[in-house]
Amino acid sequence: MADTLLTVEHVKKTYNSSTGTVEAIADISFTMNAGELVCIVGPSGCGKTTLLKCIAGLLRPTDGSVELHGKRVTAPPPNMALVFQEYGRSLYPWLTVRGNVELPLKHKKLTREERRQLVDDAIEAVGLSHADGSYPWQLSGGMQQRVAIARAVAYQPEVLIMDEPFAAVDAQTRADLEDLVRALHKDRGMSILFVTHDIDESVYLGERVIVLSNAPTWVQEDLAIDLDPERDQITTRALPRFTELRTHVYQQVQRAKRGQAVRPGA
Amino acid sequence: MSTTAPTASPNAATTPGARSGRGPGRFFQSVGFALGLPIVLVVLWGVWATVTEPKFFPTPAEVYTAFVDTWIGPAFMEDVVPSLTRLAIGLVASIAVGIALGTVIGLVRWLREFLEPSFEFFRAIPPPVMIPVIAVVLGPTGLMKVVVIMLGAVWPVLLNTIDGVRGTDSVMKDTASAFALTRGQRLRNLVLPAAMPRIMAGVRQAMSIALILMVISEMFNASSGLGYKIVYFQRNYLIAEMWSGIVLLGLVGVLLAVIFGFVERRMLRWYHGVKEVEHG
Repeated sequence: MADTLLTVEHVKKTYNSSTGTVEAIADISFTMNAGELVCIVGPSGCGKTTLLKCIAGLLRPTDGSVELHGKRVTAPPPNMALVFQEYGRSLYPWLTVRGNVELPLKHKKLTREERRQLVDDAIEAVGLSHADGSYPWQLSGGMQQRVAIARAVAYQPEVLIMDEPFAAVDAQTRADLEDLVRALHKDRGMSILFVTHDIDESVYLGERVIVLSNAPTWVQEDLAIDLDPERDQITTRALPRFTELRTHVYQQVQRAKRGQAVRPGA
Repeated sequence: MSTTAPTASPNAATTPGARSGRGPGRFFQSVGFALGLPIVLVVLWGVWATVTEPKFFPTPAEVYTAFVDTWIGPAFMEDVVPSLTRLAIGLVASIAVGIALGTVIGLVRWLREFLEPSFEFFRAIPPPVMIPVIAVVLGPTGLMKVVVIMLGAVWPVLLNTIDGVRGTDSVMKDTASAFALTRGQRLRNLVLPAAMPRIMAGVRQAMSIALILMVISEMFNASSGLGYKIVYFQRNYLIAEMWSGIVLLGLVGVLLAVIFGFVERRMLRWYHGVKEVEHG
């Protein structure tokens, strides 16, 4: 289990604008092991998306490095998949559900049969087998996000990165989708890096929760979540330990918002 | 959006017994609507022709006779077919060149910044003024007429393609990068489909420009073609024949619109679907 999958080392990101340079990320370091489900939580505007883009190779950090399996990430690596918050803009409306899931597989060296199986399997895993000929815009928001998850699953990534994927869906759908992510992690052993601004969600989903500070961002806390891996929306959320952890993370995020936490060595 | 109505396509929302029924009833209704105004206009025209100087406004029956006599027969092969062929070649070439160039220019930023200001200049020149120049260079040939059609019709396609390609959604582009789509895949599955609504709007404009230029290009030193014939009839006071040519031009326009509508509905099915969902 101690197989290090992802290493984020002293990542720093500044933007140059007409009014001067803005420091979005000051210094972020953490590692993630293969098979882990790590949640990143932080106050809004703390540069979560910027960090994810740096990790995914969509943005080049100003300083520091991101390594996947010891290989430095400079462009989007082929063994990483992303699920975006804006499912409506991430799925291609001119392709069917099946077409969307299949598209990234077309440049992988797979036989037609292998590809078909991967697509079928992924669509089934997210519970959309009945809708594979529909277009994304014919589906509800929650189902569209399932399509995006299926696309990422079929891609067979070593690490799945999710950027506030459920921020735009209603609460009930959200609970179902959270359980879907837990199931993908548990049944398929997927390594998942999950970014959210929802504290309950981070504690419910994660094995670890990384709390980010206000911008310019650094890692304020890296907290292990010692809840049973068998989780359930009703019982897990009712556990005293869940409440404790949630309260702890909540206080950390409040401190981050007020900028009370002091960066060590800064 | 809610989680209800899993796969219900918005098109399936028409309930039986709704105001506009389905099947043959619906078909006749829409045909009736389409032909209603033309019938009214022909009647008004007939009345108008009987109360005014008949010399310039022949009756519908006279124009109809002229139409049959003039266009059904050898003139169809000698004048109509060559005109329509040049129109088709010019239009297809404009669309192909417009989309190809527009895609390259839309994707390459420096090229865009270099070319776009000049495009505004060239686009502003009405193509008919170039006809004498082109005629001198290419002679009174079919090629010259095709070139005139192209020079006018290429602009809306080109400029709309540039805009459409440049406006590709940033999240869609990030998605393509994250899944490491190849250059060809990106072009075929992202850039072109995303730009297609804009491109089709350009094609629609190009069609009307091409039809106008088809006629005008045949008015200068030509010896056949629809435009040539209409001018010939005008100069020889063959008024009913002239009107029949104008009617034919209108029918060509309707035909183009029908073809365009058919192609557009097929290519942009997703776009109309998205719009329908957005507007509830």
